[in-house]
Amino acid sequence: MNGVEEAITQAHHQQWARVVAILTRRFGDLDVAEEAAAEAFATAVERWPADGVPTNLAAWLITTANRKAIDRLRREHKRDEKHQEAQMLSADVPPEPLGAIDDDRLRLIFTCCHPALALESRVALTLRLVGGLTVPEIARAFLVQEAAMGRRITRAKAKIKAARIPYRVPAAQELPGRVSAVLAVLFLIFNEGYLASSPHTDPVRHELTAEAIRLARLLRVLLPQDGEVAGLLALMLLTEARRTARVSATGELVTLEEQDRGGWDPALIADGHQLVRERLAAAAAGVAPGRYQILAAINAVHTDARDVRDTDWSQIVALYDQLVRIDDSPIITLNRAIAVAELDGPDVALAAVERLENKLTGYHPYHATRADLLRRLGRSQESRVAYDRAIALTANTAESAYLIRRRNQLR
Amino acid sequence: MQYLISVIDDKGNPGSTDRQPAISAFNERLMADGHWVFAGGLADTDAATVIDNRGERAVFSDGPFVESKEYLAGVWVWEAPDLDVALRLATEASKICDRKVEVRPFL
Repeated sequence: MNGVEEAITQAHHQQWARVVAILTRRFGDLDVAEEAAAEAFATAVERWPADGVPTNLAAWLITTANRKAIDRLRREHKRDEKHQEAQMLSADVPPEPLGAIDDDRLRLIFTCCHPALALESRVALTLRLVGGLTVPEIARAFLVQEAAMGRRITRAKAKIKAARIPYRVPAAQELPGRVSAVLAVLFLIFNEGYLASSPHTDPVRHELTAEAIRLARLLRVLLPQDGEVAGLLALMLLTEARRTARVSATGELVTLEEQDRGGWDPALIADGHQLVRERLAAAAAGVAPGRYQILAAINAVHTDARDVRDTDWSQIVALYDQLVRIDDSPIITLNRAIAVAELDGPDVALAAVERLENKLTGYHPYHATRADLLRRLGRSQESRVAYDRAIALTANTAESAYLIRRRNQLR
Repeated sequence: MQYLISVIDDKGNPGSTDRQPAISAFNERLMADGHWVFAGGLADTDAATVIDNRGERAVFSDGPFVESKEYLAGVWVWEAPDLDVALRLATEASKICDRKVEVRPFL
């Protein structure tokens, strides 16, 4: 990749959500904002190689997108005078007073996560408009068809426009009721960054993990007493702390077991542990922890161990038991089984994993986990078949490199 | 922006009946705050007639256009700046008239 291409890719990662958010504020229309942002990036692809990369990328992109939006509204003016007048009118209205926090992206997230939208639509729309993910990437994250996901996003945008869902961070008294959908969305954005689902991106998309953490920190300022906000932030920090140790120099995924723990980020781990301790104190005082707090605690146990052999697996399994009681999803059960393998052996874990086959047959970690357990039990033939399934289902380049090597090591 | 608020009753599980004084007080508040455009209760669906004059001649049929346990018992039309305001009022309205309500924007 040459310098200009790299600058454009970087700018897309860092500025997409901001450009969409600012244009949404100005024009009050998600479609106009999204299309103008896309046109601005297309113009950058055309112009930057010849003109050079502008010094202030954000300003260039926002100005260009603004012009594109106005051009588009003028074109529509010729088709539909009334509609266009309304649009231009709203463009001239000064921005409404800011909510509790002056952050355009957070406003965009709360708009996308409005309770009048179905939960799946909230998540999909946020990933699209804030995370800048493509429809195929979102469809993969949800294990659904692209066409269905496209329709869901279109319908959600149409409802925001027709029912006039406002573009703002809700008032303080509305916040607690709206935050759980926002947390779900931030976690999905983070996960897409941590294990990208597309073969056409870096296997780890730091810009997405960084953005999810930045937004979670902002939420924590808004809701300092919310245990799940603290829990999710801790979970992200403790996961992010291991990011650089997770992909080898040759671009292969390195599992938690094989990671060089000296490469973990001690500052992020200290921050994450501090938050987990805070939540443990609250739990001791009788506040029942939610799923993010439990997941954060599991990651705190992992990051406490200086060597994988020192990991307190019984503590991890106990935490998973607690988690299963509030969320008995097959993915949680699968992750619990991975810990059970360390505590009770791969045969016990395999029995638990295989009970999930119907529910997780399209989910590559299911096949990768099963492959690993079969390998440890010496059932090489079956393990090879399971590795093949996992390899076929993952699009992450680092992960397939890892799985292929493990498969080829089988005797 | 105007919103239609449909009051939904259920023949199998009707709401309590005498909500009129509370609804009147709520309507006065809607008027004072500039949200009230129109409101009205509807007679039972037994009193409905459906007319279809798309063919050669008009056909009249007795009863509502859709047969279900749930039916439209009344409507409000409100003026509100955005959906959040309409939803806040509708949340109150549902409590006050002891029925489900649907909020739908006019085009």
